[in-house]
Amino acid sequence: MPENFEPKILAFFCNWCTYTAADLAGVSRMKYEPTTRVVRVMCSGRVDPQFVLDAFAHGADGVLIGGCHPGDCHYVEGNYKLLRRFRMLRRLVASLGIEPERLRMEWISASEGERLQKVVNEMTAQIKLLGPLELPERFREWDTELHEETFDKEREVVASGQ
Amino acid sequence: MDDKTIGNGSEEVRIGFFICHCGSNIAGTIDVEAVADYVRTLPNVVVSSDYKYTCSVAGQDMIVEDILKYKLNRVVVAACSPLLHEKTFRAATQRGGINPFFFHMVNIREHGSWVHQDRALATQKAMDMARGAIARVKFHKALEKRREPVRQSVLVVGGGIAGIHAALTMANAGKKVYLVEREPTIGGHMAMFDKTFPTLDCAACILTPKMSEVGSHPNIVLWSYSEVTEIKGYVGNYDVTVKRKPRYIKEDLCVGCLDCIDHCVFKTGNTDDEFNQNLSKRKPVYIPFAQAVPRLVAIDPAACTHLNGGKCEQSCATACDRQAIDFEQKETFEHIGVGAVIVATGFKPFDAHRKPLYGYGRFPDVYTALEVERLVCSSGPTGGDVVLKDGSKPKSVGIIHCVGSRDHQTNRWCSRVCCMYSLKLAHLLKEHTDAEIYNFYIDIRTPGKGYEEFYERLQEEGNHFIRGRVGDITDVPIIPEEEGRMIVRVEDSLAGFVRRIPVDMVVLATGLEPREDASEIRRRFNISCSSEGFFLERHPKLAPVSTTTDGVFLAGCCQGPKDIPDTVAQAGAAAAESLVLLDVGYVEMEPMTAFVTEKYCSGCKTCLPLCPFSAISRDEEKGVAVINPVLCKGCGTCVAACPSGAITQNLFEDRQIFAEIEELLVHA
Amino acid sequence: MKYSYFPGCSLKATGRAYEESFLSLCKALDMEMEELENWNCCGATSFMSVEMGAAYALTIRNLAIAEKAGLDMVAPCGGCYGILLKADHYYKKYPTVHESAVKSLKTEGLEYKGTVRVRHPLDVLASDLPPRALRSKVKKPLKGLKVACYYGCRFVRPIAPFDDMHNPETMDLLLKTVGARIVDYTMKGKCCGGAMSGAMPNVAQEMTYLILRAAERAEADVVATACPLCQFNLEAYQDEIRAAHPDLKPIPVVYFTQLLGVALGLDATATALNRQIVPVEPILREKGILADEKKQPATAGV
Repeated sequence: MPENFEPKILAFFCNWCTYTAADLAGVSRMKYEPTTRVVRVMCSGRVDPQFVLDAFAHGADGVLIGGCHPGDCHYVEGNYKLLRRFRMLRRLVASLGIEPERLRMEWISASEGERLQKVVNEMTAQIKLLGPLELPERFREWDTELHEETFDKEREVVASGQ
Repeated sequence: MDDKTIGNGSEEVRIGFFICHCGSNIAGTIDVEAVADYVRTLPNVVVSSDYKYTCSVAGQDMIVEDILKYKLNRVVVAACSPLLHEKTFRAATQRGGINPFFFHMVNIREHGSWVHQDRALATQKAMDMARGAIARVKFHKALEKRREPVRQSVLVVGGGIAGIHAALTMANAGKKVYLVEREPTIGGHMAMFDKTFPTLDCAACILTPKMSEVGSHPNIVLWSYSEVTEIKGYVGNYDVTVKRKPRYIKEDLCVGCLDCIDHCVFKTGNTDDEFNQNLSKRKPVYIPFAQAVPRLVAIDPAACTHLNGGKCEQSCATACDRQAIDFEQKETFEHIGVGAVIVATGFKPFDAHRKPLYGYGRFPDVYTALEVERLVCSSGPTGGDVVLKDGSKPKSVGIIHCVGSRDHQTNRWCSRVCCMYSLKLAHLLKEHTDAEIYNFYIDIRTPGKGYEEFYERLQEEGNHFIRGRVGDITDVPIIPEEEGRMIVRVEDSLAGFVRRIPVDMVVLATGLEPREDASEIRRRFNISCSSEGFFLERHPKLAPVSTTTDGVFLAGCCQGPKDIPDTVAQAGAAAAESLVLLDVGYVEMEPMTAFVTEKYCSGCKTCLPLCPFSAISRDEEKGVAVINPVLCKGCGTCVAACPSGAITQNLFEDRQIFAEIEELLVHA
Repeated sequence: MKYSYFPGCSLKATGRAYEESFLSLCKALDMEMEELENWNCCGATSFMSVEMGAAYALTIRNLAIAEKAGLDMVAPCGGCYGILLKADHYYKKYPTVHESAVKSLKTEGLEYKGTVRVRHPLDVLASDLPPRALRSKVKKPLKGLKVACYYGCRFVRPIAPFDDMHNPETMDLLLKTVGARIVDYTMKGKCCGGAMSGAMPNVAQEMTYLILRAAERAEADVVATACPLCQFNLEAYQDEIRAAHPDLKPIPVVYFTQLLGVALGLDATATALNRQIVPVEPILREKGILADEKKQPATAGV
């Protein structure tokens, strides 16, 4: 693990609850780890599973999705839709060999700045223990391996053919 | 991908980046010059500069000038939260001659400088976020805001002093007002008070004229004994359903002569009188108090013999020469359309049973403050005589402050009004009984016009003030003087020892709490609560009566404890905000709605059941989904679910978000 | 129903009446109490303020042994009950307590995972018996007997797992079930003064006096307790208190388990009534709950 590993957590926050909670944490000057990169969406229901996979594929060490508490969605039930997708997504991500701690969904209401602080710090600590995910690097390695193997095989074929 | 051809047309993308110091708020933690230098190196960025206060007029002018000077067609501002200044900068972008939606905002204050301490890491984060925005803004499109007309009427929920004042203000401005009150009369808690602090005005004298004005105002429709059951629609166009509970009286026939009450088969009251805090009894057919508005009787189905299936000669009905009594009445529903809503549902007094050590409900002469308001009131259950349960007058009274407030076992907040009303009650009790009055307080808080002076006056009147939270009230004496009395045990934190003070009467200064059904109401109106359960204002300082739902405003104690002057001021503010909305006459709808690209839609219907607003339908002829932009609220749930990527959400397009994600993760 | 039984020191000494009556009652109600093997002092001593780490290790050793047995742990003494709950809580909450306990237990090859549920007889009798199990076994209802239930501190403070912190009621309900009349008085959760009886006996006795007088004024025939420390403190000093307060009449102070035993018709050895300092039999006879002396077979004294 590299020294001073600062994880990158890509965060999707819904405009009405979690994004506002993050604003509140700011206004209240609650300090937390500078590890999140927030994408604002109007509703957590907008979070397409592809966003999450794309984030991991492009080097995120973790993905955090924040929405309103059940029953509190500004759009009535977008967070329930997210929840359904999230359950499947979690299995998919696990089957890719990504540790479950790296994908987290939290209900954080507009008044819960403190909770946001806690969640980010907790998740950062967990991911620091796990180390970098480095999926892009791994992809490159796999590609090279694949390429070399094929290359070796071709050479063998050529050699035996002669 | 060829950046030069992406965007609104075929023109080259030219981005201007502006980063704000916000004085030292941002620049104190983030190296803004370094961020500006870095962004300047990114593709398509034509100009990148920092400024002390970008939101100032000069700052905005700088953006406008740069747009013209550098022929910019995209603007990115890194500053505070978009929830605060997105509108400001969109307007500046528009003034520069380009569509306001070619703008994106990066939050490096609330999500950056204010929450991080490490300068290098905070700067790094700001660079990443700026890069994400630069990447996404390339894909922005010109969008138009749709305008919808605003209905010229307002719904006020709750008929306490807040609702009354808001309703009258708007009605006097010529707007149609629907005032919905749950109880049979308006007036709320204020109608129960005897006097008001610090002037000692009689509460009824200043409130009842306003109540009758509500009752007779041509622009106000008053529905008492009613509740809002459903609200749909959006700002400017809310559709509201109001349930009108049966009061078993034909409102159009009843003239308020009260003959029916005299003729009820019960000669005296048979059920607790809520208005008198259950200190007296009332009949099943009743009027809450003499000046009730509307002046209509109601029949309490829980107490009426006939309505409970019992045998009764129904003398009330025969006594009414207008035949206004109707035992067959059922609940009815009214459907109205309004442009704005003011929620003024008030508070609940703290339940003193939750502090068992203070003996409420166990010792007969432990009262809540609201009960004492009724006791000292000349129209109250004893006609203003302060007498104990055994009929005697108290010789000494203990007033315990902060019951259920500033207490980690119950509510942590200060209820703001208890100090002052305790002082008022101390004055009134002394006036009525000449008893020794002991105030047990933690701190006396008197911030308000004339409040501190009132406190001084009370001290001069010879009231005792003992600083310390009361441990308990006991009936176990240890010296003869304590026999047969209640003893207040308290650590006097100024004197530094524990005191036992025998008293005949205890008044609990109970705090203010959110109503039990606040959470339900919050969901009905789609607004938020702060952690203690009061409704959450949009901004604690700058938008204190607005909520996160446009067109829904707050007034009074439902937003947090406050006294009458503050409540009235806030109600006026809520009325003014509603009037702005109505008088402008139209609302601009955010254009972040979703639409279907027909050629990609396979007509699979996945999206149809996902929309909670029924905005999506299926064009059976073409076999594709269609989204109604008027109904769409722009959550984007259908976009995320569409298996063929046929749905696009304006401002939150897939390509915009993917570009943002990917660039956020590049290591600068 | 089977439980681990942790008697603690009192139930083997001044509180023998509690142990005897409780165990016979359990037997009568088909509740099996298996005494914890090799238990030690519960740790609720002044040692707590000298060396916290070691003091908690002492307590947690008992929990570790109970964990091996795998049953709920019943601790009838208020002191034991309170300290066991507290130690369990501190063990989970404070790393320093945890570490020191783990270290100490290791020397004996023990470990504590934190799974033991500590129970009080009041809780067990009120919550675990099938409905009407107690009522159906009543042979001599305590009709007409006015009981002041006295709870003291530790069942409800600072942790109240089974009853209301300010107004506990479990004992009231149990004794009501067997026919007693419960008097209402405001001192049932106040401190008995036990902790002061060694250092400042006059203060302790003043506190005891107020409780007993409140019970008397509420016209109680008998005070029922659920803790050997309270019982001893309320009963043993009555003569001394009377020197300062001649108005105090002698009032029997018994364990609630003794009264339940009487109601279930258990014999004198089982109810251990003979161990009282202020005799309780006279009032039970007066109310017709116990048969007259002459018909009663003689029982051996202590």
